[in-house]
Amino acid sequence: METLANIPPSFLLFAGAIVTVLLKGTLRNVFLVALPILTFIHIAYLPSGNGLQVSFLPGFGDSELLRVDKLSKAFGYIFTLNAAAALLFAFYVKKAIQHTAALIYIGSALGVIFAGDLITLYINWELMAVSSTFVILARDTAKAKGAAFRYVMVHIFGGLLLLAGIVMTVSNGGSIAFDSFDYANANLGTWLILGGFLVNAAAPGVSAWLSDAYPEASVTGGVILSAYTTKTAVYVLLRSFHGWEPLIWIGCAMTVFGIIYALLENDMRRILAYSIINQVGFMVCAAGIGTDMAISGATAHAFCHIIYKSLLWMSAGAVLYRTGKSRCTELGGLYKTMPLTLLFGTIGALAISAVPLTSGFTSKTIIIAAAEHEHLLWPWIVLELASAGVFLHAGIKFPYFVFFNQDRGLRPKEAPGTMLWAMGILSFLCIYLGIRPQALYDILPYTVDYQAYTTSHLVTQMQLLMFSALVFFLFLPMLKRTPTIVLDTDWFYRKGGQFFYSTCDICLNGINKIAHKTLIAGATKKLCHFATEGPANLLTLILTPIWEISGTSMEQREKLREELRENVRKGVFPIGITACLSVLLIAVLFFF
Amino acid sequence: MADPKKEFDWFDKPASRKLLWWVLWITCGITVVAELFIHRHPHFEIDGWFSFYSILGFVGCAAMILIAKGLGIYLKRSEDYYGEPDEDTPSNDIDGNAS
Repeated sequence: METLANIPPSFLLFAGAIVTVLLKGTLRNVFLVALPILTFIHIAYLPSGNGLQVSFLPGFGDSELLRVDKLSKAFGYIFTLNAAAALLFAFYVKKAIQHTAALIYIGSALGVIFAGDLITLYINWELMAVSSTFVILARDTAKAKGAAFRYVMVHIFGGLLLLAGIVMTVSNGGSIAFDSFDYANANLGTWLILGGFLVNAAAPGVSAWLSDAYPEASVTGGVILSAYTTKTAVYVLLRSFHGWEPLIWIGCAMTVFGIIYALLENDMRRILAYSIINQVGFMVCAAGIGTDMAISGATAHAFCHIIYKSLLWMSAGAVLYRTGKSRCTELGGLYKTMPLTLLFGTIGALAISAVPLTSGFTSKTIIIAAAEHEHLLWPWIVLELASAGVFLHAGIKFPYFVFFNQDRGLRPKEAPGTMLWAMGILSFLCIYLGIRPQALYDILPYTVDYQAYTTSHLVTQMQLLMFSALVFFLFLPMLKRTPTIVLDTDWFYRKGGQFFYSTCDICLNGINKIAHKTLIAGATKKLCHFATEGPANLLTLILTPIWEISGTSMEQREKLREELRENVRKGVFPIGITACLSVLLIAVLFFF
Repeated sequence: MADPKKEFDWFDKPASRKLLWWVLWITCGITVVAELFIHRHPHFEIDGWFSFYSILGFVGCAAMILIAKGLGIYLKRSEDYYGEPDEDTPSNDIDGNAS
């Protein structure tokens, strides 16, 4: 048992990634679902405290591969639970490569969660970036390849910020222990670490990787990606940057940013991608508030969010799988033939909107209550506003435009059985945690003294949501979808990259062209001309006065000139001239 | 669908849509009226105002839609803006299953 208690959960998934390649068919799929469940059980039995410690970087002290407490366990539970559901959903996938990448990705996310030091954290952080890139690449389209390239570039940038921050922290005499950083004693190193974390949290300005890449991933890829990168970032912020005030405002900005962009978007999976940014905003804000209640609230919210967000991505994925379309302008009226997908998608949509009796209501509202308790008026207003906005863009807009709106004559089959099972299980969890939140509250890092179901809370929440719904339907003509994309901050590097390319093209190829014109086509030709015609011209120049004195007629002169030119070209001269020139040369050499 | 006549299309009927509108308005009304019968514990001053949450929901969402609409003028572009080829993958090959 002691040896088992020392095995980091990530190792189980890494080993599984190798085994996956060796297995085939249904056996592989069953293994893929069983592995996260086994890891879940393993996490449940891990004793609290510090486990496996190894020293592999001399001078940096011991690396702590396994640090177990309530916070890391809560994230560990949901990461593995979601993995099991996502891989059940992915039962139809026949290629192993995507699953191998996914297992390494989920494993490294668990590696971050259970890391006790910054070195272990960094290694897993980078592994996560690389493996998730392969999950995106698995879609194997030109768009996915482009998006994956941009995705990995942004994450390499984030990883470098983190690495620079860690190196500076350690060289300033800090330890590699991964604990909380003090806001009052913040230095450049800690700010850089925060920057690295915020890249993965999809903070404003560096969020475009998410909405750019996730919707380009495959059906299953989208489901898997939606859960881990941003929530790992939330975990590290909760662990090490709780109480950092700027995070409150960054979180608030994320909530509103996500809504505005989701309202503008046409692609259903891009709407869901922006809604991840909106939801993570709540958690980042909670990390900024930093009280016990806020941290527990953010953990509960992350837990429930992963479930309902996965569910939403699954229902969108099922639609994409059956229709091959993901634009709202091409979808609509699917309730007729995909009623179960609609039902499960709607449960996810209601949960994300924090409708009473769903998990969003019992988790997200803790964060809002934490803001209330701290009397943070403006953050509180923004969070309430964002809660209303979630209902608008994810709660109603997504199901409405995909399943209702205009019938576009699509009559796809209902989603495959395993997809429905996966969605069904997650739907059950959304409602179960909404009715019996105590099971969730028990695993939170701090004891939560919070009652979601009070009459006052129910009435105010329903007011907020119903009036948002009213606005949606009243403003429906303004929300009509157009076949467009929306510019995000990725414009700077996508257009910037093109601009850089065309600038280089114009400058360097321009120089090349000028060089060709002047040197190759110009100077070389002239040199060649000089070499062939020069001596003849020179001799003509010398001989012309002689011909002048000797009284040669113009016609003879012309003839002589032609003969001379011919002789020079052939390299034959009368002996007299050769001798004369030789004497001249010797004389020149002798006198000078 | 084998028989399109039997298809479930309740949501497409104008009468159903009208009914849903009524349900929406009445539910909104009920949530406001219900506030008269409950005791609230406001943390700030403004959240103690009557029907504060419905006003916040309505005005906030309307404002966000208008802002989004306004920003859309500057931010929306055609789908081929970045000049990427748009491959329509056959629906059963999204995960590379067909090959």
